[in-house]
Amino acid sequence: MGNNSTKWIYWLVISLLLTGYLVYRLYGDDKTLYSPGAMTHGHYQIEMSCASCHTSSFGGGEVLQDACMNCHGAELKEARDSHPKSKFTDPRNASRVKKLDARVCVTCHTEHKQEIAGEMGLTLPGDYCFKCHQDIADDRPSHQGMEFNSCGTAGCHNYHDNTALYEDFLEKHLNEPEYLTNAQVKQTSLAKDIALLGNYPVDKYPLNKLTQYDADPPLRVKKDPLITEDWSMTAHANAGVNCSACHEQEQPDDKTKWINKPTHEACQACHVPEVIGFLSGKHGMRLKEGLSAMTPAMATQPMRPQAHDIELSCTSCHSAHKFDTQHAAVEACLTCHADQHSKSYKDSPHFFAWHKEITGQAEPDTGVSCATCHLPRQLKKVHGHGLVFAEHNQNMNLRPNEKMLRSVCMNCHGLGFSLDALADKNLVNKNFNGMPSVHIESIDLVKQRLEKSSKPKEGSP
Amino acid sequence: MNFKTISIVSMLGIATVLAGCGETKTSGIEPKSMADALHSVMEADRTVYTKLIVNRLVKEEKVIKASEHWKDDKALVLPAQMFRYGAERVSEKGSDFSYSLLSLWPVNKQNKPKTDVEKTGLKYIADNPGKNYYSEETLGEQKYYTAIYPDIAVAPACTSCHNAHKDSPRTDFKIGDVMGGVVIRIPMKS
Repeated sequence: MGNNSTKWIYWLVISLLLTGYLVYRLYGDDKTLYSPGAMTHGHYQIEMSCASCHTSSFGGGEVLQDACMNCHGAELKEARDSHPKSKFTDPRNASRVKKLDARVCVTCHTEHKQEIAGEMGLTLPGDYCFKCHQDIADDRPSHQGMEFNSCGTAGCHNYHDNTALYEDFLEKHLNEPEYLTNAQVKQTSLAKDIALLGNYPVDKYPLNKLTQYDADPPLRVKKDPLITEDWSMTAHANAGVNCSACHEQEQPDDKTKWINKPTHEACQACHVPEVIGFLSGKHGMRLKEGLSAMTPAMATQPMRPQAHDIELSCTSCHSAHKFDTQHAAVEACLTCHADQHSKSYKDSPHFFAWHKEITGQAEPDTGVSCATCHLPRQLKKVHGHGLVFAEHNQNMNLRPNEKMLRSVCMNCHGLGFSLDALADKNLVNKNFNGMPSVHIESIDLVKQRLEKSSKPKEGSP
Repeated sequence: MNFKTISIVSMLGIATVLAGCGETKTSGIEPKSMADALHSVMEADRTVYTKLIVNRLVKEEKVIKASEHWKDDKALVLPAQMFRYGAERVSEKGSDFSYSLLSLWPVNKQNKPKTDVEKTGLKYIADNPGKNYYSEETLGEQKYYTAIYPDIAVAPACTSCHNAHKDSPRTDFKIGDVMGGVVIRIPMKS
């Protein structure tokens, strides 16, 4: 009897300890106990935020699919996804869905399988194109004998984003030179367009240039002349954006509270597309999921050791009060990034062009900074208006790198040259210091087809 | 008519009525009626867009281009694309029925007939102008009522574009020709 009671007590204590440990691991910061495997490049930063993808304890694949689309849906729409879900929910494609269920992302992109992730940082089957396009050579004899695992790796096709690879686009840019004569990137125009954003408090902050004597911190906040001087040199002061615009936070009782270190939420009041991009990209995705800020120490890519503890925010790159976009466009990046491509930048022709621009030896917007390519200026729809913003979500034009063709490369280079350069991995590592040693055939195939075709094309009215 | 004949006819009549009483009365719209109604709206909208927007602005007033790459070319969406984008929106909204625009002579080869019903139906409407084709088929373990309606060239914009397109397998379309078919599928209980 005595022995039995002891056993029960042991059992109870061990059970309680085990339960406590499991609960602690479930709700604590370290949830690796519950992770079935390492996360891929796109998601490893938010591995400890299980609920970002597993949004509900109940439900099946549709829960995960919704999570995929919540973060990536807009990007797919922007890219005019060549294989949207609606293509596969059409009953006439039921036989295809049986072979490859392209209605859901996880059919191709399995998570928690980092060990089988490919070059693009995610899992991808090799010959999936074959499942539906096995008879492509009937329609395109030039494709006879091509391997089906080469469709997406030869610089010719992408499953989702073909905006720079479709045949008529290649035809339109057939004979472009390596360097375009009017090489220039788009100009941002926020100061001019701010009124179009709808919620900008133009009454409180009219678009008038301010000086450091106009700075409006409350009396209890000591003015720092260095800070006000920095601020007075910025686009903010030029556009009438005073201290209170960023530092004062509205409270439920209609009063305002002074915030010493405003976060991205303050920036978002005016810079909505930039902050959305930041939170969706590699720099801000942890903040979006309520985790601590990303630091270079957490990164899987090579980073400079002395930068390991920098917590990424808007001001980590733009530096508070100075908001120096030139610094943010190059030096801020190189403070942390130490991969071969980044380390080669200052020996590249891109940097020479940048140096010429910032030293006044060349026209504005003709230089090529890190941000020119990785946070490119793009036309975006805001409240029904087309405005130019820096895209702060690097994923929008990073992998596969053909996504950069239209948004970046073709501002300055011809399509054929750009395709070849992006396909040359050594050249990418050297930060494009040299000429491409790789050639992508797609433009040649278009040329050959045009030569064979005798049909006139439908022209303009 | 003698008494015996009258009795037999009466009994048959009563039997027929009684047999009818045992049947479960179907409720809701018949699939054919629903498909016909959907098609009449689709056809009307498609014709209006083709004639009043595309053909008028591109062919008559010559003020804008219509292009397959409408976003890049800052042009009008082609009528076939307009139709397909509508079908995609319907699919995204999770509607039960679906529809597509197919052809025996498609510019995009993914739009050629694939199922047996599509093959038979598209040939039928091409060979029998003015007639529709109705059938049932099972796709992916789901039974469908499938209706196929002729898609007619209603304006010069239709024929000139298809006849000139480098990927078009047919180049002699005329106004009034059947260029393809609208396929509407409504899921049925097995």
